[in-house]
Amino acid sequence: MVQRPLELRRLVKSYVHGGPNAVDGIDLAVEHGELFGLLGPNGAGKTTTVGIATTRVAPTAGTALVNGIDVVADPALAKASLGVVTQFNTLDRACTVRENLVFHCRFFGDSRHAAAHRADELLERFRLADRGDEMVTALSGGLAQRLQVARAIAHRPTIVFLDEPTAGLDPQSRLALWEVLEELRGEEGLTVVLTTHYIEEAERFCERVAIIDYGKILVCGTPTALKREHGDLAIATLGFTDLEAAREAVARLRALGAVDQEGATLRVRTADGAEAVPALVNAAGAQLRDLSLAEPSLENVFIALTGRELRE
Amino acid sequence: MTTGARAARLPAGAVQRARRVPYARAFYGLMVRDARVLRREFVAFLLRTVMNPLLFVFVFTYVMPKIGRGFGGTAAGGVSFATVLVPGLIAVAVFFQGIAAVALPLATELGGTREIEDRLMAPLPISLVAFEKVVFSAFQSLLAALVVFPLLYLIPAEPVVVHIASWPLLIVVVLLAGLLAGFLGLLLGTVVPPRQIGLIFSLVVVPITFLGCVYYPWQELSPIPWLKAFTLINPLVYVSEGLRAAMTPELPHMPVPAVLAALVTITALLAWLSTRSFIRRVTG
Repeated sequence: MVQRPLELRRLVKSYVHGGPNAVDGIDLAVEHGELFGLLGPNGAGKTTTVGIATTRVAPTAGTALVNGIDVVADPALAKASLGVVTQFNTLDRACTVRENLVFHCRFFGDSRHAAAHRADELLERFRLADRGDEMVTALSGGLAQRLQVARAIAHRPTIVFLDEPTAGLDPQSRLALWEVLEELRGEEGLTVVLTTHYIEEAERFCERVAIIDYGKILVCGTPTALKREHGDLAIATLGFTDLEAAREAVARLRALGAVDQEGATLRVRTADGAEAVPALVNAAGAQLRDLSLAEPSLENVFIALTGRELRE
Repeated sequence: MTTGARAARLPAGAVQRARRVPYARAFYGLMVRDARVLRREFVAFLLRTVMNPLLFVFVFTYVMPKIGRGFGGTAAGGVSFATVLVPGLIAVAVFFQGIAAVALPLATELGGTREIEDRLMAPLPISLVAFEKVVFSAFQSLLAALVVFPLLYLIPAEPVVVHIASWPLLIVVVLLAGLLAGFLGLLLGTVVPPRQIGLIFSLVVVPITFLGCVYYPWQELSPIPWLKAFTLINPLVYVSEGLRAAMTPELPHMPVPAVLAALVTITALLAWLSTRSFIRRVTG
């Protein structure tokens, strides 16, 4: 039977005995080759969830299976089949860029020759070849992150976890990182699970996302489906030549969605988005002066579900 | 997209190859990494190892006798102070190196950088990641003993009488001492907050050294019975005494079985405590 790359069952983690659960009963299944995003505010439990799945945090209850391997029962085997890029730079500061890759391969049982070969191949691929002999402390944030990704896949895992991989990177580095991930998925069939609070990125690149808060998964699905099911409706803003014209149009527009009036401006909340434009124009009549449409976004879904208050 | 469609898109051979890496290979990989770092930082290692014993023998067994303030001949049987110091200072070198080799890097790895995660992701149980650190520190301890010995032998102005009574005993004591110190370093490194790691040296290493029967054999403490009893909780005492039995058997020393029993017991206790503490520390 083909095992899923990741399966979490009623996962619970409490750091303080009797305290609140950082992870509070998470169920999740990630499919082969998927790019899956865990979204949530700070302290929502994303990092803890990834920590448990990657054997670095001991769960209080529940089961985490990576490629069918129970990470608590057999962490060593689980580690051999997964890769991880942690939130912070955990490169080996006592070693050079190249050595970071070489020794990683050796931890995973490669011979000296095989490790050297793999390291050179990765340096080439991640465009780090000319920096190979520098100490890792000399790398910029973007390069260090690229090296961390190279290290995470050096032992050819089938699933890679990335915890806030793009945090603190400039736009170029972020884009480069996404390109690398796409490439790896395409060429090696890698499954990618990442956490982020850059919602636009998740919306653009992830095939499925789960929004999590207070240790629970609130919703899970494709960004499109989540927007359809949980997002605000699209909002069409219609400006009229005068108050009177607006007032006349209200009755006709109500057939298309809820209408708010503010002077000569009407706001219509519609489920149809752009497809509703002809009908809106039609219903508005000749006195319509301008029309703009705000499509729903994953951010609306996120804010609608997790609230507006600031965290930590 | 359905699950089936996704799975079908996978290139052949990409479906999970959870391949177990033999623990010994992963362990060896960690050792290779540590050896590389040690080679890179070898000068620092030498300085750290040599400074204390070098200055100590220089002042107390060269300068002091030369200016007529030596302790020569005060130890039992007319053996020179320089001879007393040989096993003692080797014990300190082994002990200090063992603690430092684990606790100092650990403070960085657990502290700001969290780069311990790099080693933790190696495909072997966390307890073995910890054990590798200890084994490598024991190797550094052994190296420290080899580096320090010639100094202790060559620098003193007084005659140094050393003859190895038992090589096996010497090797066993040095290895046990290295492991013991490594586990102690692991415990201290995981219990003491990384920013206060410097405190280990003033609060733990210094008292252990001064009260570790380094500069005098344990039996000569008889005039101060409370101290003689109190120092028995100090693991360094058994290392010094064990080395005395192996290298300078003319000097009074504890019975060998007592020394070995104490070393084994303390090492086992520290192994258990420190491994537990390490696992707790890194897996929350």
